[in-house]
Amino acid sequence: MNEEIVRVERVSKRFHHAWAVRDLSFTLHRNEILGLLGANGAGKTTTIAMLLDLVTPTVGRITLFGLDVARARHATLSRVNFSSPYVDLPHRLTVRQNLTVYGRLYGVPKLAERIAALCDHLEITNLLDTRYGNLSSGQKTRVALAKALINDPELLLLDEPTASLDPDVADKVRSWLAAYRTRTGAALLISSHNMPEVERLCDRVIVLKQGQAVAEGAPAALLRRYGRATLEDVFLDIARSGPLSTGSERGS
Amino acid sequence: MRRAGSASRVFALVLRHYYLYRSSWTRVVELVYWPAMELLVWGFLTLYLRDLGPGLPNVVALFLGALILWDILFRAQIGVSLAFLEEVWSRNLANLFVSPLTPLEFMIGQVIVGLIRTVVTATFMTALALALYHYNLFSMGLALVAFFCNLLVMGWAIGLVVSAMILRFGQGAESLAWAVIFLFQPVAAVFYPVSVLPPWLRPVALATPAAHVFEGMRVVMLEQRFDAGLLWNAVGLNVLYLAGGIAVFLWMFRVARRRGLLVQVGE
Repeated sequence: MNEEIVRVERVSKRFHHAWAVRDLSFTLHRNEILGLLGANGAGKTTTIAMLLDLVTPTVGRITLFGLDVARARHATLSRVNFSSPYVDLPHRLTVRQNLTVYGRLYGVPKLAERIAALCDHLEITNLLDTRYGNLSSGQKTRVALAKALINDPELLLLDEPTASLDPDVADKVRSWLAAYRTRTGAALLISSHNMPEVERLCDRVIVLKQGQAVAEGAPAALLRRYGRATLEDVFLDIARSGPLSTGSERGS
Repeated sequence: MRRAGSASRVFALVLRHYYLYRSSWTRVVELVYWPAMELLVWGFLTLYLRDLGPGLPNVVALFLGALILWDILFRAQIGVSLAFLEEVWSRNLANLFVSPLTPLEFMIGQVIVGLIRTVVTATFMTALALALYHYNLFSMGLALVAFFCNLLVMGWAIGLVVSAMILRFGQGAESLAWAVIFLFQPVAAVFYPVSVLPPWLRPVALATPAAHVFEGMRVVMLEQRFDAGLLWNAVGLNVLYLAGGIAVFLWMFRVARRRGLLVQVGE
């Protein structure tokens, strides 16, 4: 088994009187891509935010690289990065300026070369001197991905990485992510509503419902278990199965 | 991957604001527009008062000195608060705080941006006062440095508290950035001494670092001497104010993480 990068132990998060995440446990290993599935409000974004120490768990413990993320913030977060369509970059700064600022925040050596290579790879070199605010939503998603890759993260957390991309660019992004994992051995955690994408990219998925993990396993194993042809059908079965009782259906 | 040092991360934040100002002439103009308008109105009023009452001692120096020093306090506070608001407006806070940047480094970056803004505004106002009214702020001598530093620190402390409030209560609280400092103006003894305040309000004034600075300024101008006691009062209070500002920001940062506000602020 590869090195364990993420360990989430019985984590719950309560906002006001509602549980956003309940008793969630999972691990993520080097060179593994884990998909986080669930309907809107199922707890995916909260889970990612807790992994990034943006949100403090109500109970439970999260370790990244064997270190408690809340106590070793600097040591862990310098090896992690993240992208989400719900978080922006400064609009008045150009793409190059944004990547320069983030490259310095992460202490990237030979930054100009790194930016040039990354933008060439993501096919956004022509956008380098364009203001971020003037980009289309699809271009912004690619720039956000460049920001997320600027420090060659060992753990990459992506919230809906292909949202708002046209099919051609979305397909390229999936290829880039798969190639990044292969090249670096990084661990990736992807939250997505795009089931074919999850089937293609992820080694393992966790399905969340009302903040709880209700199914977990390799995509093929879930298809067998639910007797379905596609992950989308599995997702719909779970989503429409009514409110949760106390038990769950986790397995491998 | 090389780990960035603390100074490098702070520099990255300052660089981000340098890029912003370089691309936005409206932000640059804002640095000098309001101070210029204030100085024009108050400066001409001061000339009028001087002509009306020749018995008023040093009226030009008293009013213009107070006005420029008050603006230094205001600009120091608004500079820190605006540096924070820029991140809120651009929905960039979550990206910053998933990087290795610490809250303390973030605050230092805000303070440096605030300092640069204040120096630009103060330099402009000083030059304008000299050109229009032949008033030289540097006639206060070295005392000016002490006054300047104390007003900066008080402005930073209030700016950090305002940033903390915006973090806690969201963009709805952003008007605090422009309003809060004026709560202090009546008790800061900017244009009049603490002694004219009603007795019950004087303890409030004496708990305000700026009141000691402005009292000290008047001592320099009217009595041509420097009151070190007033300076140390201001320094002592500023230590408490700054520690309070940092503590409130760190507290609200913890609250924001507990309530999930860092991913919501700006939405």
